[in-house]
This record gives sequence, C-alpha cells and structure tokens, in this order.
Amino acid sequence: MIVELLQEQLFQLALVAALLVGLCAPAVGTFIVQRRLSLLGDGIGHVALTGVALGFLTGTTPVLTAVIVSVAGAVAIELVRARGRTSGDVALALLFYGGIAGGVLLMAVSPGGSNAKLNSYLFGAIASVTPADIWVIAALAVAVIGVVLVFGRELFVLCQDEEMARASGLPVRFLSLLIAVTAALTVVIAMRVVGLLLVSALMVIPVATSQQLTRGFRATMASAMVFGVLASVGGLLASTVSAKVPPGAAIVLIALAGFVLALVVGRFVRRGRSDEESRVGPTMRVEEVV
Amino acid sequence: MSETAFAMTGGRVAYDGRPVLRGIDLTVRPGEVVALLGANGSGKSTLVRALLGLTPLSGGSTLIYGRPPARFSDWWRIGYVPQRLQVGGGVPATVREVVASGRIARQRRLRRTSPADRAAVAAALEAVRLTGRAGDPVQSLSGGQQQRVLIARALAGEPDTYVMDEPTAGVDADTQRLLADTLAELVLGGKTVVLVAHELGPLEPVVTRGVVIRDGLVAHDGRPPRPEGDCARPGHEHQHPHAAEPVAGPLTGWQGEPL
Repeated sequence: MIVELLQEQLFQLALVAALLVGLCAPAVGTFIVQRRLSLLGDGIGHVALTGVALGFLTGTTPVLTAVIVSVAGAVAIELVRARGRTSGDVALALLFYGGIAGGVLLMAVSPGGSNAKLNSYLFGAIASVTPADIWVIAALAVAVIGVVLVFGRELFVLCQDEEMARASGLPVRFLSLLIAVTAALTVVIAMRVVGLLLVSALMVIPVATSQQLTRGFRATMASAMVFGVLASVGGLLASTVSAKVPPGAAIVLIALAGFVLALVVGRFVRRGRSDEESRVGPTMRVEEVV
Repeated sequence: MSETAFAMTGGRVAYDGRPVLRGIDLTVRPGEVVALLGANGSGKSTLVRALLGLTPLSGGSTLIYGRPPARFSDWWRIGYVPQRLQVGGGVPATVREVVASGRIARQRRLRRTSPADRAAVAAALEAVRLTGRAGDPVQSLSGGQQQRVLIARALAGEPDTYVMDEPTAGVDADTQRLLADTLAELVLGGKTVVLVAHELGPLEPVVTRGVVIRDGLVAHDGRPPRPEGDCARPGHEHQHPHAAEPVAGPLTGWQGEPL
C-alpha cells in the first residue's frame, strides 16, 4: 500500500512537508524549551493567523504574508520579553488574542475566505499542500537548519545563561531576535502540516520526550529531531488509513504517545543508572531528577 | 592596549532611582587577587556586574582593559563565574557541555571544536575534579559541584582575569579548599582575580588586596583585613548588632564593621 502511495504526487508532497517539519520544529524547539519559552510557538501561531488572513484579503500567497506577520510578531514578543517588565506577560496575552481575533475577522471579510479555509490553517491540511508550498517550506527549512548549524553554539550559551553570554561578548540582542525569528519561520513551516493551533506541539513534545532519555543538550536535540520525524510521518501515514483521521491531530497524538512511553522507559533507565553509580562510591551520589 | 584589568572612576549605579553604588573608584592591576568584601546589600555584587558592563552605570565610567564595556571586544580575556548556576534551562546539559561553553569567546562561527578547545575543557574538568562526572547532566549535581562546574567553565576559557561572584557562598568545605588551591595556581600563573565574598575563609592566604564596600562606597582598600578577637575564632558565628553601627569611619573591619 505504501508503495502505491509513494507514487502519488499528493502523498509525495505531503511526505516531504512532514519530514521537513519533523526535523525543523524540534531543532528550534530545543532552544526554546531550554530558554523556558515553551509557549512562544503558540503565541507566534496565534499572530500568524492574522498574516494568513491578510494574504486572503490582499490576494497574495497566505504563506508569504504569514511569514511577514509572524516574524513581526516574534520580534514584538522578544522586545517585550527583553524589557522584563511584569506587565510583559499581559502584553503578550493581548498580542495573542489580537492575532486570533484579527485573523478570524479578516478571513470572514476577505473575498476568498471561508470557514473551511480558516480551519485548514488552524488545524492543518497536509493533503492540500501544493508544489509551490513545498518550495517555500523547503527554503524556510534550509534557513532554520542553517541558523541552528551556524549559531548553535552561541544560542546554547544564550539560552542556558544569558548573563554568561553577555560576559562572553556575544551579541545577545541579535541572538535573541534570531531565535525568535527562527521560531516564527518554523511556525509557518509547520502551519500547513499540523495547523497553527498545534504548531507548538511539534516544537515542544519531541524535546520533552527525548529529555526523558538523554543527559546532554546535543543528544536531546538529535533525538528530538528523530522523534519529530517519527511523529509527523507516522501521523501522515495514519491519516492515509482512513480519510476521517485528521493528520495534524494524529501527528500530535502520536508525539504525545511517544512522550508517555519515554516517561516510562526513562524511569527504568535512570533507576539503572543510579544503581550503577551508587556502586562506584558513596561520594558519587546522584539526586533523582524527575 | 592597557594592561589594567578594570578601572572604574566615580562609578554610580541606581536601581529604579535607588542608589546602590555611590561613586566607586577601583583599579585592578594585573596579578592582583582582589576580594570585594561587605555585608549583604552593600553593593559588592552590583559592583562586579558594573565592572563587566552587565549593569549600566548611571554615572562615572569604567574600563575593561582600557575600553568601555560596550566597545570592549577581547572578551576571552575575562572569565566570569556568576553567583549561581543558571542552567535553569528545561533541557538537560552535561557537565562537559556547560564547561565547554566557557570557550565561546575564543571560538569562531562555523569553526569546529579544535583540539585546543578539547584540551582546555579536559584540563578545567580535572582542575575541579569533575572529570568522572563530565557526561552527567549538570542538574543532577549537588550545589557545591555545580559551583565547581561554573568555575571550570571560566577556567576552560583560559582568561587573563577571573571575576567570581560569591564563589564560596553555600559551598561545602571541600569545594572551598579546592577553590583556594585553584586560585593559588592561577596566581602562580600570573592571572588576575576579582572575587566577591561575604567571608574569605580558606581563600584568605591567596588574597592580596581587600576592598570593603559599605553603603555603595569603598570603606577600606588595602591589605585584606584580618578577623580579630572573637571573629577569628574558628566556628565563630558572625552576628553583629547593626543598629549600633556608626555612619562612617575610615577604619573598618573585613566585614565592614568598625574595628
């Protein structure tokens, strides 16, 4: 059955999109989770909806307007965060609500807008991915992976200890904006596959899954990317079994199932490790971290 | 290029209009081991942060190797040990990964980790005796061990000047002694050290100069003041009736209390 599927162009496109999203989202997500900004993707996703609607309203490609608006939103979020005011929390919430409400309204008044279209962006519509979409997604994916490869070392220091990054002479403001913009690009990549409301799930769940099993940052990122691809391709395959299964939701549920499994396996792995270390000597005490 | 590590003149810092540093003059020359001493809230931690440019000055000026912090570029010359580990990140990081991040100021973008990087990280891990824990997540270490990770991170960068904020606070006796030994070795290597301390403890023999900060001003600058009388007794708990403290005096003890 899979062989037949692979010959269909529609499925090929969907598979490429799923692979790229599965790779990119957890790679960026690892930095974001490390920075304790797990909900950043959700925020950008809300704002991106306004971008999509603007595309329909103006008759341009929604993916393109989504890139512009979500990058602007991400920059705004980062600027509010960097000011570190307590009111920043509320400012972010306002931005998110404005994003969704603006998107719904603009979509309703735009000529090509319909509830079905709105739904396809909110919850994903991998089957409707066009070759043009794939080119945009692929270009953005290259940009995202490029950022991770070129700036990874600096981003690790930044996300782990911002003060240390400053005292090492790193361009902290630039790097902070870079990670926010990269997250925005990732949201747009994932938008067609899992939908704006579930985008963040692919940035966070694979990371949460792999940290149950890993001890280091690099290892966490690498295995999160593997889990991301497994979930996104798995969800796509599940949706081919029955037309009733929405791929976006299937991807997220498979990722969550993986997390629960890793939680159980991780318990055993960790227990085994602490036994091993307690035999080495009494000074090698390992606190159980859950 | 100036070889003076830090030169602050008339340094002032205010948080929300409340003055914390009220005109500090401090010059740190190469090879010095300067201890910034003072009671809690005296402004000593703010001072190190201001020296590094992490906290902006509201008045006066400060130079790192002859340049204002904003225009300073040789950050590899500075090794900073913050007061506590901020690996608050939601993602685990191994001890080796954190220590290796101390090399960042020496590394170029797109350049792979070099053998020199690896050797420096291995030496730093060895110096704080954490080689055996290199592959463990930092989050699984005790407080004292995490402090050692931070010191190793600074050592890995092989800087000329170390800036340590309360490296002995809340740390076990073993780690304190280890830190004293490490400092002694750094001094032999001609390194400069600025450290913030509430009490010197085992670090005392290594310190060449004590600067006591009180109410945002330098209250004493010279030989490290030695505890006298009851304060020198081992195991003595410092409890001073602060209500009876005089407003200012030229001679003050090592914690800022009148002699």
